[in-house]
Amino acid sequence: MVLVRDTSTGYGVVTRLFHWIMAVAIFALFGLGYWMVGLDYYSPYYTSAPDLHRSAGMVLLVGFVIRWGWRLVNTDPGDDELTRFERVASRIVQKGFYPLILAMLVSGYFISTSDGKGIDVFGIVTVPSVTESKPIGLWAGYIHKVLAYMTMAIAGVHTAAALKHHFVDRSQILKRMWSGPPKS
Amino acid sequence: MPLRSSLAASLALSLLALTPANAADFVIDSKGQHASINFRINHLGFSWIVGRFDKFTGTFAFDEAKPEASKVKVEIDTASVNSNQAERDKHLRSPDFLDVTAFPLATFESTSVTPKGDGKATIAGKLTLHGVTKDVTIETESIGGGADPWGGFRHGFSGKTTLALADFGIKKDLGPASKTVELTLEVEGVKQ
Repeated sequence: MVLVRDTSTGYGVVTRLFHWIMAVAIFALFGLGYWMVGLDYYSPYYTSAPDLHRSAGMVLLVGFVIRWGWRLVNTDPGDDELTRFERVASRIVQKGFYPLILAMLVSGYFISTSDGKGIDVFGIVTVPSVTESKPIGLWAGYIHKVLAYMTMAIAGVHTAAALKHHFVDRSQILKRMWSGPPKS
Repeated sequence: MPLRSSLAASLALSLLALTPANAADFVIDSKGQHASINFRINHLGFSWIVGRFDKFTGTFAFDEAKPEASKVKVEIDTASVNSNQAERDKHLRSPDFLDVTAFPLATFESTSVTPKGDGKATIAGKLTLHGVTKDVTIETESIGGGADPWGGFRHGFSGKTTLALADFGIKKDLGPASKTVELTLEVEGVKQ
């Protein structure tokens, strides 16, 4: 039996898939974004790289909202083995990711839609613009960049902490995100 | 009495200001937007991209009897660049082009006006753009002037000039067809 929902001892398959797919997607989008803004005007990828970045970003935005909803209706597995500091810090990091990443995705959406035009997603659907706003256009790019770097910084802390729990503390914390609750 | 004397002084000053200036002072009607600062630049040699600066202010002095005494001064909010494409506008504001954080203002101030008859004139002046000040000349033409229907007095002009991006330290390479940008200025001033 595959465990779907999260329990007090570990994560179900839905949470684990969300976690790892989005971890890869977010790092990939950061790398793509970082690379594409430096492209020469005559690079063959000058238009296709942003197209891919926007499209994947919009898919991620939809997936992320669903993920946040899923998180809210699921139990958080226990973290009793952590020290008080680790527990507080990990909660700030893990819960902080949600508004941070959502804001990053939304700010990216506004970079492309502040002129009233929608975002074409892989040539399949168009996400409409909700507002035509010059002030939003002025700030969206800056905010997107700052939030992207913040996300990477916090992801770094998150990764370092997970590795510490795994290799130093020899706890189940990393394993339960990969292969579910420990079998007893 | 200090109050009275300062009142008298300011009255005298305003009278001085009212005494026949040879050149009338006009404020460019950017509030009512009977004025626009437009640009166009070639795209790959295939088409023209047209844009404008939405926010600017300016004044000019103009006397039809003495056009050579005309003066003009304009300040442009570079962040108001608008090419009707949000991502491109973001790029135009970035350090690749206008670098609006470092250079929020572009200014033009005339140094001389050479009338060429028939309402036409060449305005020479200093344009500061991207932090670089250069001498530019603008070919202008009087479109018309006179009393407006609301009790004011207006005069309007068109102007044209071409700038090389590299002259103003804008080094982003857009290709051989896009080294220069054409500016078209449509200006209507309201007499003060």
